[in-house]
Amino acid sequence: MGEVILTMKGIDKSFPGVHALDHVDLEIRKGEVHALMGENGAGKSTLMKVLTGIYSMDEGSITYEGKQVTFTNPREAQAAGIVIVHQELNMMNHLTVAQNIFIGREMMSGKLINDSKMNKEAIKLFQKLNIDINPNDKMGDLTVGKQQMCEIAKAISHEAKVIIFDEPSAALTETEIEELFKIIRDLRDQGLGIVYISHRMDEIKVITDRVTVMRDGGYVGTLITKDSTKDDIINMMVGRVIYEDPKTESNVAPDAPVVLKVEHLNAGKMVRDVSFELHKGEILGFSGLMGAGRTETARALFGADPKDGGDIYINGTKVDIKTPMDAVKAGIGYLSEDRKRFGIVVAKTVAENSTMANLDNFTSGLFINKKKENQIAQRYVEELKTKTPTVDTEVVNLSGGNQQKVVIAKWLVRNCDILIFDEPTRGIDVGAKSEIYHLMNELVAEGKSIIMISSEMTEVLRMSDRIVVMCEGKKTGEIDIAEATQENIMHAATLRD
Amino acid sequence: MENKEKKGNAFTNNPIVKAVGAQKIVVLLAVILLYVVFFVMSSSFRQYTTLVSLLDSSYYIGFMAIGVTFCLITGGVDLSIGTGMICYALMGAFCIVKLGMPVGVGMLICVVAGIIFGFFNGFLVAILNLPPFIATLCTMMITRGLGSIFTGGLSIAWPSSSTPQGWFRTIFKINTSGVLLPIGIVFLVLAVVIMSLVLNKTRPGRYIIAIGSNKEALRLSGVNVVKWQWLAYVISGFFTGLAAIAYAGVLSSSVAPGSGAGLELNAIGAAIIGGTSMNGGSGTVVGTLLGVLIMSLLNIGLPNIGLQANWQQIITGLVLILAISLDVFKNKKLARA
Repeated sequence: MGEVILTMKGIDKSFPGVHALDHVDLEIRKGEVHALMGENGAGKSTLMKVLTGIYSMDEGSITYEGKQVTFTNPREAQAAGIVIVHQELNMMNHLTVAQNIFIGREMMSGKLINDSKMNKEAIKLFQKLNIDINPNDKMGDLTVGKQQMCEIAKAISHEAKVIIFDEPSAALTETEIEELFKIIRDLRDQGLGIVYISHRMDEIKVITDRVTVMRDGGYVGTLITKDSTKDDIINMMVGRVIYEDPKTESNVAPDAPVVLKVEHLNAGKMVRDVSFELHKGEILGFSGLMGAGRTETARALFGADPKDGGDIYINGTKVDIKTPMDAVKAGIGYLSEDRKRFGIVVAKTVAENSTMANLDNFTSGLFINKKKENQIAQRYVEELKTKTPTVDTEVVNLSGGNQQKVVIAKWLVRNCDILIFDEPTRGIDVGAKSEIYHLMNELVAEGKSIIMISSEMTEVLRMSDRIVVMCEGKKTGEIDIAEATQENIMHAATLRD
Repeated sequence: MENKEKKGNAFTNNPIVKAVGAQKIVVLLAVILLYVVFFVMSSSFRQYTTLVSLLDSSYYIGFMAIGVTFCLITGGVDLSIGTGMICYALMGAFCIVKLGMPVGVGMLICVVAGIIFGFFNGFLVAILNLPPFIATLCTMMITRGLGSIFTGGLSIAWPSSSTPQGWFRTIFKINTSGVLLPIGIVFLVLAVVIMSLVLNKTRPGRYIIAIGSNKEALRLSGVNVVKWQWLAYVISGFFTGLAAIAYAGVLSSSVAPGSGAGLELNAIGAAIIGGTSMNGGSGTVVGTLLGVLIMSLLNIGLPNIGLQANWQQIITGLVLILAISLDVFKNKKLARA
């Protein structure tokens, strides 16, 4: 490790209602790979966005190569030599490799683009990285791993001194990861500072020199990787004071019947041989890190995405769920993680959204019975305490928590017995959160059963009777709430095979 | 954000304006304004026969526009309505004139052919997931070719009003002691009323709007989105069939193959002027009717003040740009809300 190249000190950033970064420190040295770790929502990405000028900071200072700097946009950061290799690759698939690398700063001869010169330059870059890619290939024809190499080549073509890798291994195969690590080590040995963001504990041990851990937008500490254990890091990631009391024992009667049984569910890469049971009156938590395949499992179960295999039993009877229509008929309701895109038809009114899954029952003869529709909508507005001026108000005008209640009303109007809540409180403020929790507890007390996918550890521990943990498309743990701790959940969530 | 009061000016906050919709009132005022301008500027426009011919062109544009409004509301479009209408009118004429079928059967053929092609478009869009623009562009070419094949490339006239078979023309115009009564308007208005009810008060209408608003959300609500998206194109085809009858009924000369290209833009333009969004999710049939009146006024009025076909096209194009800009502007405001 060489001298310090980048210091972020006391970085503070608030968004309306959220203290995203609370006086965070980070120090990067030349010739080191520095891991930035933390749970989902710990503030890692926000910190990197502040660094590269996507967000402005409220307080704090950034010192880069001995000078205090503030970047107002990513281009400025890039020009200074700080570059991000994004998780989602930002490539234009129809252009060639070289055209992608030099996009926005094409090499010209006179008024025309000089493609052969760019190809030559690209080859030089690839030689530096010791990789073999034809600069004339179309980007879209390359594997994800190769595309990432191109992104790295693009980064060093900017004369980068600090490269930030945001979950680079998420979409790569084992051999591609090996190659990536080789490149990262080369870059490190050339004296670059590398920031490596990842959830994968074993990778951190292999590739990084130091680890900085963040939690809830705050700085927890920095460790030397080779002197610390996996448990040290996990403890730093989860060791928070839990504001809400976690559940200590399951509320489900031991003899409660199984309402839903899923056996060997397979769907693409993200759902591999998933089996579980859901009991009557149970809240079954689904925990795991981002990209663990929880939403994909729910969508496959609900028929929203095609299945490759697996059996589903409802109340002991095998059902064939091919489309959401089949799922709804079988009594399953799905509350999407992305309300705006999938949950509600945003431009329409509270009443219209409430009956969307069950309009047959609100049709008399040819026409929709507006009076009946308004009555039921009004009833659920009162029952769920949805804050809306009238049931004819357009849903787009409601707050996130109230929109969520409209989606819940939709499935209650349909009288679904099995509800899948996918990130039920994402983007919802604290007050509305506890209302949603209260509502979920009431629903299971009435005999409904809930699958709750959540990336918030406190939420999982507070609401669930039992917890299924997933990692990379596989079920890696099933823990009764009586035995669940943040540590053993996080262990299962990072369990790669 | 909660319980947010919508801002607006005195005009948009007026209860009557709110109930009817600001765009419809603006378009209605534009209809009246255009009528007054042409009325003052042109003596020929003031003649009663001009009013009748203005309504004549409203019928077929109107039926096409009502149908295509449903496609537009799903977020799609049907470009095959113009050439489709001519194709079905030629098919009907062929069966009546060359095969000697009764005129009633010829009319039925128009409607059935429209439904079949609507079904075909719906299949391409809802099942094969082709982009509506491309799928219906192909159907546009197919119907154009098919119409010509039927008549061997020749024009054919439907029976004239002096023949016994010409009774069908009285659906649109009755000649009572030398005065032409344009009773076709009754059918057009009836169609507007019925389809307004379908769109706003029935399940198919509700689902068609929801598809345009958020198709995936509707699918995840367990609704058969394929079926209802398909239906929108069948509705469009059915009304194109009706438009074919209206076209044949008001046109005294023969139906010429190849004459339908471009008419779809009159109908789509009418729907957009009437407030139907190109992005889907919103639109009204009454608005479409007002848009149709604007199109017909431009088609009939401009020649009367001495602006011939070429100018007419330029002005229609400019009016459409204005209408689409309003739509884009509205959407931007919605995205910011």
